[in-house]
Amino acid sequence: MRLDAKIPEGKLEEKWRNYQIKSKLINPANKKKLNVIVVGSGLSGAGAAATLAELGYDVQCFCYQDSARRAHSVAAQGGINAAKNYQHDGDSVWRMFHDTLKGGDFRSREANTYRLAELSAPLIDHFTQQGVPFAREYGGVLVNRSFGGVQVQRTFYARGQTGQQLLLAAYSQLYKMIRAKKVTMLPRTEMLDLVVVDGKAKGIIARDLVSGEIKRYAADAVVLATGGYSRVFRLSTLAIGCNGSAIWKAHKKGALFAAPSFTQIHPTALPQSSEAQSKLTLMSESLRNDGRIWVPTAKGDSRKAEDIPEEERDYYLERRYPSFGNLAPRDIASRAAKERIDAGHGVGRLKNAVYLDFKHSIERLGLETIKDRYGNLFKMYRKITGVDAYKEPMQISPAAHFSMGGLWVDYELMTTIPGLYAIGECNFSDHGANRLGANSLLQASVDGYFILPNTINNYLASEIKQASVSADHPAFAEAEKDVKEHIARILSIEGSKTVDHFHRELGKVMWQECAMSRSKVGLEKAIHQLNEIKEDFWQTVKVTGHDQELNTELEKALRLADFIELGLLMCTDALQREESCGAHFREEYQTEDGEAVRVDDNYAYVSAWEYTDSGFQLHKEKLEFEFVKPTVRSYK
Amino acid sequence: MKATFRIWRQDTPNGQGGFKDYEVDGLNADMSFLEALDHLNEILVLRNEKVVAFEYDCREGICGQCGVYINGRAHGPHENITTCQLHMRSFEDGATIVIEPWRADAFPIIKDLIVDRSAFDRIIEQGGYISAKTGTAPEANAIPIGKEISDRAMDAAACIGCGACVATCKNASAALFTSAKINHLNSLPQGQPEAHKRVLEMTAQMEKEGFGHCTFTGACEVECPEGISIVNIAEMNARYLKAKLFS
Repeated sequence: MRLDAKIPEGKLEEKWRNYQIKSKLINPANKKKLNVIVVGSGLSGAGAAATLAELGYDVQCFCYQDSARRAHSVAAQGGINAAKNYQHDGDSVWRMFHDTLKGGDFRSREANTYRLAELSAPLIDHFTQQGVPFAREYGGVLVNRSFGGVQVQRTFYARGQTGQQLLLAAYSQLYKMIRAKKVTMLPRTEMLDLVVVDGKAKGIIARDLVSGEIKRYAADAVVLATGGYSRVFRLSTLAIGCNGSAIWKAHKKGALFAAPSFTQIHPTALPQSSEAQSKLTLMSESLRNDGRIWVPTAKGDSRKAEDIPEEERDYYLERRYPSFGNLAPRDIASRAAKERIDAGHGVGRLKNAVYLDFKHSIERLGLETIKDRYGNLFKMYRKITGVDAYKEPMQISPAAHFSMGGLWVDYELMTTIPGLYAIGECNFSDHGANRLGANSLLQASVDGYFILPNTINNYLASEIKQASVSADHPAFAEAEKDVKEHIARILSIEGSKTVDHFHRELGKVMWQECAMSRSKVGLEKAIHQLNEIKEDFWQTVKVTGHDQELNTELEKALRLADFIELGLLMCTDALQREESCGAHFREEYQTEDGEAVRVDDNYAYVSAWEYTDSGFQLHKEKLEFEFVKPTVRSYK
Repeated sequence: MKATFRIWRQDTPNGQGGFKDYEVDGLNADMSFLEALDHLNEILVLRNEKVVAFEYDCREGICGQCGVYINGRAHGPHENITTCQLHMRSFEDGATIVIEPWRADAFPIIKDLIVDRSAFDRIIEQGGYISAKTGTAPEANAIPIGKEISDRAMDAAACIGCGACVATCKNASAALFTSAKINHLNSLPQGQPEAHKRVLEMTAQMEKEGFGHCTFTGACEVECPEGISIVNIAEMNARYLKAKLFS
């Protein structure tokens, strides 16, 4: 299979314009006749659904939650990047592009990454117009702060609730179009399969989560906006319902899956406290603007933080990376924390955390400034831990967070199945092997609001000439039958172990072998273990209740069955990539002082996996660096 | 740690519901309340019983999807938190904990502890937005907004749509929810062109959905996880009067 990324011609700064000039258009009267399915109602899904509806398409939007407003974009705290250069600190589209490409360790496409930076500034204009209450100066202009991996201030924010405010803006715009009868919203409805007719995506099979009914939905194009899959690790910063099922079903129907093993471990989450824990709460990266990370210099030091004198504290990020310090990128900060914890310097009851300390900032800036900047984060920390972080340092620990990998998409955000698009976190596109903080809300929004609505027409313009496929087509009947059999099979096992049991087992293997540090031996072992878990799941899982009712256990079981298979692909991908890059750290490929060693000669490609009966088959999209020469990524 | 969960079980929206007791062992103080329910559900599965249906998603206090009545209080014994932010350390070992769904006519029960809050979405549908299309925005700093105004808009915009305000109100009023969105948008310059229309249409929908009237008991702001002030309701009422007079 030849992978054509369809990168437009011309200079980097002209590519997107050149694309738009050549892209086919559809007249408004014809757009009305076209129906688009959007699966997911987060920032990318709601943004796309609303904008497509404004353009005149008929849209059906699906989400598994009770309302579109719950999507996990809501939980992003710190902010959204944009190359506005409001701080007059030397920022530009080029610099933002370069930071993002370098942050991703040169494993993303130049053209996509440049477009992300290019569209960032108009996005801030858009959200401001939609009423997002971004933080402002007394004089009325917008404020910025810094995030990891950059040396300018380009992050816009709404307290520690930026994701919530952007999502609610998208949700509001979506409801405006629901009122206009251009969008049909289907909450509590979960996609369980993709329907492909003559090689093109033409609809989905979905389950009504209240009645249990399996229904068919036909459309002229299908857009997946289903978010990340880091719940494969079970303990993560994601919402409990986040899953990889929609993209996994699409993958099994022929869509290639790119860079599945590129998953980000976030350095500043709350540490795990017990086996029963279901979730690791994130503390925004923005805290690293003013918080200093340290561990005791002495191993196993069990004194309270306040009793450890300054000279016995190791500010290890400042020590190892003097030019970026506490704002080193996430992959580097997480690995550095793991290194200290593994070396016996961890703090907290389970010795699995490091300190994030605001003492010096409070002395320097005053308590009120810190409260104004991070008040709600400190409040959240107190609610969960019962500790007042204004008085003693926070305890933080790395946690599974974002998936850079996802369905392979070309420059138009179309997957390898014509008519199937993937936007936001569920695609692989702009972040390479590591995403910079505050680029996630950006990518989700830009994909949904600006890119997809300008590329989908290029495909639909030819579809308009053909009659729409109806849900009576045999392909729908077949997909529906498969879904029903799959559900019946799970319910018929009636084994002796809960779904959560298997999720814990899966999570342990993935966290141990396929998270911050990976090795050939470990990954081979993990693949073996995952196959065992898979076999055991299909023999001994127990789901009570039936399929014709609201059944949360059944929902979990269906998602977990896909997660186990996705885990296998992640390990397979990590095993084949014999280099360290970004979040993918192979123990065999490191310098003497523990820095990643990239192998550009052999691995400057996007791995794109095909699902076949005989296993996962690798295809390679070579990455061409025409404008920036990849260098060793240093934050020292 | 042990506890007895006395949980409202109801199989279907129109079915007969009732309380059922579950004695649960193996809990610990650091478990979140929802993790304790997860734990109960695992026990139920192994006993070949149907699990308790309850809602959650983010489990970090921001999505607004979790929310049950615990010992007679929305989101449990503490003020200004969500159910997912409640921990078992807030209960005595061996305690009996009564768990009910939100009770309000406008929030019909779907199953067990799950209710239908789509009435909130329909209120937003009636003007909880700014009618500007993607692609039409002016430069962001072209609209200066003072910090005080922006901060107040943010205070109101922080609403997570959990429904605790309705559940805790003796009139099942949605005034706090509705006022939060109206005040967020109407206090900003971008929201001005539709300000009057918004307040009239959103409040009309609120009544249509069957929410009760606000009688200013202040119960809502105590339970609101975001601490949204009841002052918002007074402000909405003033905006309503102004809209009635001038639109």
